[in-house]
Amino acid sequence: MAQRSLIKEFTKGILELNAVFVLALGLCPTLAVSTGLKNAAAMGLAVIVVLVCSNTIISLLRRFIPAEVRIPCCIVVIASFVTMIEIVFKAYMPPEINAALGIFIPLIVVNCIIMYRAESFAYKNGVVRSILDGLGVGAGFALSICVVGAVREALGAGTIWGYCWMPVSSSFEYVPASILIQAPGAFVVLGLMMAGFNWLKGRRGGASSRPGAAGPEG
Amino acid sequence: MNIATFFAIAFSSVFVSNFVLARFLGLCPFMGVSQKLKNALGMGIAVTFVMFLASVVTYLLYALILKEGGLWVKYDLVLALKTPMYVLVIATLVQLVEMFLRSRLPALYDALGIYLPLITTNCAVFGVALLNTSDAPELIRRAAERSFSQGLIAASWNGIWSGLGFTLAMLLMSGVRERLAQADVPRPLKGIPIAFICAGLMAMAFLGFTGMI
Repeated sequence: MAQRSLIKEFTKGILELNAVFVLALGLCPTLAVSTGLKNAAAMGLAVIVVLVCSNTIISLLRRFIPAEVRIPCCIVVIASFVTMIEIVFKAYMPPEINAALGIFIPLIVVNCIIMYRAESFAYKNGVVRSILDGLGVGAGFALSICVVGAVREALGAGTIWGYCWMPVSSSFEYVPASILIQAPGAFVVLGLMMAGFNWLKGRRGGASSRPGAAGPEG
Repeated sequence: MNIATFFAIAFSSVFVSNFVLARFLGLCPFMGVSQKLKNALGMGIAVTFVMFLASVVTYLLYALILKEGGLWVKYDLVLALKTPMYVLVIATLVQLVEMFLRSRLPALYDALGIYLPLITTNCAVFGVALLNTSDAPELIRRAAERSFSQGLIAASWNGIWSGLGFTLAMLLMSGVRERLAQADVPRPLKGIPIAFICAGLMAMAFLGFTGMI
């Protein structure tokens, strides 16, 4: 494998290997927690932290972990960091955000993105590269979930980050389409955004762009 | 538990809070293995089976070890240990089931075998473990408060029906996708995006059950 520049190692995760729109990994939290921008940002933060920490540890330990048991080892490392994040969030995050994230914080442990990066990248690369990779892929995921969250909140509740984004006037009133905050809205918004991403990619690349095939596991 | 509770748990996990369409769990197999009706059915049955086993095992783990005043430890270990323990137990369980099926029930292994490894890190299975124990909804929590055995029954019952709800969503989706494969879909929408939009329409139908239980 040709050595990529360190900058490329970071940026590849944001567009080229975007977890949600290109790889279609980590869909469950993207749909469930994107009811508002705040929740989405908290989820994105949690995933970035877990991804960077687990990539660091796996990459430091890669010479000591035999290949046959690398998956259980990855699971244990990831589960430890997820538990830490869960405890920290319970302590410092506002209760309404904790309530919205609910079981999706412990569920980060079965998020395919983290396992995928730990097993296929951090296990084979050095520490610096693994950290950058974790940051990049995590930022790509956080950006995607935040975009989905912002769109759903803006159209479904009429606010962004809790603030009303429409100028309030007596002649015009925006009536939020609350279906977008509920379950169906999540599917439809993400589907349309993926289609938009594919369309942009097709126009930029010119070549036929297949939508990313979903990872079968997770 | 009386008949009404059994029915309420079953109805709620299949329709009201369907695992895929209302709770957003298990979306990867829902999108990845739903192109053919046959595969969707196989995956659904495998998930149901593993969910049942996982419900039993993780409930035992929770009630006997993790929960405050459990059998061995006097402290509440739920927050600190549930994630690593559940994940490892489920992963081991799936491996054991796979080995058992391969040696003892080869016919069943041929039907379900390829799906089993995919379930190891399936969020639906981990999700049902959490929803039976530490993050249980009202109905299950009340059963668990009554007695240990009631809680175990409620957890395993919920496991089975959550799996069946997942199977139902898989079957509905594969029916739609078999048709979609023939349809002339605009290129950017092909594949996963259009499947998502269809899932959104299905979720809208399931939204009609909200508030029934």
